Amino acid sequence: MGRILIRGGRILDPATDRDAPGDVLIEDGRISAVETSIEADDVEIIDAAGCWVAPGLFDLHTHLREPGQEYKEDIGSGGRAAVAGGFTAVACMANTNPVNDDPSVTDYILDRARQDSPAKVYPVAAATKGLSGEVMTEMVGLVKAGAVAFSDDGMTIMDSGVQRRILQYSRLVEAPVIVHAEDRTLVGKGVVNEGPVSTRLGLPANPSVAETVQVARDLMLAELTGAHLHVAHVSTAGAVELIRQARNRGLHVTAEVTPHHLTLTDEATLGYDTNTKMAPPLRSAADVEACRRGLADGTIDAVATDHAPHAVHEKEVEFTTAPPGVIGLETALPVVLELVRTESLTPLQLIRRLTANPASILGQEGGRLDTGAPADVVVIDPERSWVYDPYKGYSKSRNSPWAGQTLQGRAVATIVAGRLVYDIERGVLAP
Amino acid sequence: MMGRGLLGIEDLERADIETILETAERMQEVGRRDVKKVPTLRGRTIVNLFFEPSTRTRTSFEIAGKRLSADVVNFTPASSSLTKAETILDTAKNLDAMAPDAVVVRHAVAGVPKRIADELGAPVINAGDGAHEHPTQALLDLLTVREEKGRIDGLTVTIIGDVAHSRVARSDIYAFRKMGAEVRLAAPPTMLPADVESLGVKGFTSLREAIDGADVVMALRIQFERLAGALFPSVREYSATFGVDRAKLRYAKDDAIVMHPGPVNRGVELSHDLADHRPSVILDQVRNGVAIRMAVLYLLAGRTRVEREEE
Repeated sequence: MGRILIRGGRILDPATDRDAPGDVLIEDGRISAVETSIEADDVEIIDAAGCWVAPGLFDLHTHLREPGQEYKEDIGSGGRAAVAGGFTAVACMANTNPVNDDPSVTDYILDRARQDSPAKVYPVAAATKGLSGEVMTEMVGLVKAGAVAFSDDGMTIMDSGVQRRILQYSRLVEAPVIVHAEDRTLVGKGVVNEGPVSTRLGLPANPSVAETVQVARDLMLAELTGAHLHVAHVSTAGAVELIRQARNRGLHVTAEVTPHHLTLTDEATLGYDTNTKMAPPLRSAADVEACRRGLADGTIDAVATDHAPHAVHEKEVEFTTAPPGVIGLETALPVVLELVRTESLTPLQLIRRLTANPASILGQEGGRLDTGAPADVVVIDPERSWVYDPYKGYSKSRNSPWAGQTLQGRAVATIVAGRLVYDIERGVLAP
Repeated sequence: MMGRGLLGIEDLERADIETILETAERMQEVGRRDVKKVPTLRGRTIVNLFFEPSTRTRTSFEIAGKRLSADVVNFTPASSSLTKAETILDTAKNLDAMAPDAVVVRHAVAGVPKRIADELGAPVINAGDGAHEHPTQALLDLLTVREEKGRIDGLTVTIIGDVAHSRVARSDIYAFRKMGAEVRLAAPPTMLPADVESLGVKGFTSLREAIDGADVVMALRIQFERLAGALFPSVREYSATFGVDRAKLRYAKDDAIVMHPGPVNRGVELSHDLADHRPSVILDQVRNGVAIRMAVLYLLAGRTRVEREEE
């Protein structure tokens, strides 16, 4: 395997709190040296002048759609989109067809990832068979096959008794239970945040209390069971506050927030663009502000994309009929760099929330850029301005609210296990 | 604004509304002739694209178009993308290829006319989308009130019923507010939309307080088949609490008029007696609907493609 020298960048390493200029040497799939200046012969040199050098980004929440919905995305295209966006690892949700509720499906996903994905893939298994919310999955067998967490995601488990047993049983495998916390009876047919915007649009409204009620329930069940609860895509000020209180009480709870819930409000929905339809919906400016504060003060651990590919023809329908969700792997980094530009986070804090924190939530290696660490590395040009065209991206789908917009900041090189898999000039280089 | 179509009253300026009302007053005259036809839109094609059945509104647009000598084509696709392979944008693009001069769109989901308008060269007229807007209804309401009262400025208009699910209510709120009236709402709290004050109106749960001193009392149609038991306990309790009859109307001004977008659930929103007799003006609303739609079609379809593109 080749040797790579990343020269002259600003090194951001959450594991050692290093934020200083320097060089990084990669040999045999590992970081072999990080020093102010490294001289080496017979190496491939990556010039990182003006760039950040960070551990590869780790996405806690991706939908790769394979098996079953390969017309939206597959493990190869999703993996290529990941590395083009600076992600070296993605955790993929279980709502495939068949559902990832059986070790054979987990095996299949990992097998396909080894063949086709330049990014590392960590399967999240279903918490209940067929996402039915009724019978829990074989967690021990699934973990042995490689599952790293359990979630029914959008099929929120409304039966509190079932949810309690899942949390209890998850302690056997010490894997987090990830919840899409929305009380489905309060959501009803709601498709936009309830408030002045839903009133103007005349679309069925989804109140923020649908999230807070469900987060409150799950936190209480986490307290009862001692399980690790991970709250996916927090979107409301109320949920941020409940999680803050729970952490202060010492509960084992972690949380993520998406780039869209950090930067867009429900006003983005005013033109009825179905690429602004998400679950949970885009919320008010006060909710966005609370999510930003929660991410800054550590209440929310991580940024996760909730990359949710849908075909163009599925989105070109009535707002109520269109499936919720947007793609995000190729835009997440520039979108959240706004938090650094507005001084909500330092560069090192942001990188920690995109690397070390999500990796540690799933109990995986990642988020380290010191000697001996796996060589999963991203080089980021934080200033580079570019126009995002989803038709030129690597995802098979185009459903993005940032289509056609000028974004600032971009991954310029991505290395997975010591191999350069993406660079900005040549594109994705290897599966 | 009127160049690109009529998607909602929210987008209009007061001057636009004045123009439409004045044009409609001239169109009223055509409706009183023996031969109710003028050649104004001869050679122009108007498509009525109704995804949701609505005999009354569609007929009103059809009569309006025909009185202006336009070729009116009714197109009733399957009601939802769920029931067919074609997407809404497919439908719009296909239609656009046939070069209509105006397209009138009705759909059960808010926002569909806007998405179609984004794809079409021809102006789109919203004939009602979900709980969003029904602009020609609000315009015909304005015309009817102006006929009765001689003005709209300074009047008090009370709208009663399921505002949360009503496109008529939203359009009327914008329309009457823009023309200088005060708008009050009266409904059970389950039927008022979130943050309704953001529309510049006051919500009441007491019908009596809301009607007190009103010049115009407008009752909305209740979809009681769908809503009874969900938003209110029973039709009986609704009509006892929010149904308008002559006794309740006494709190309004002596010369107050009663309006309803139709069709009336008799004995629910309005007493039988009020539904048929003054001070209700329901059939005047229907009559003025044709004049308003003639005015809107004249202002939008009357211009050539070249004129539209030059704007």
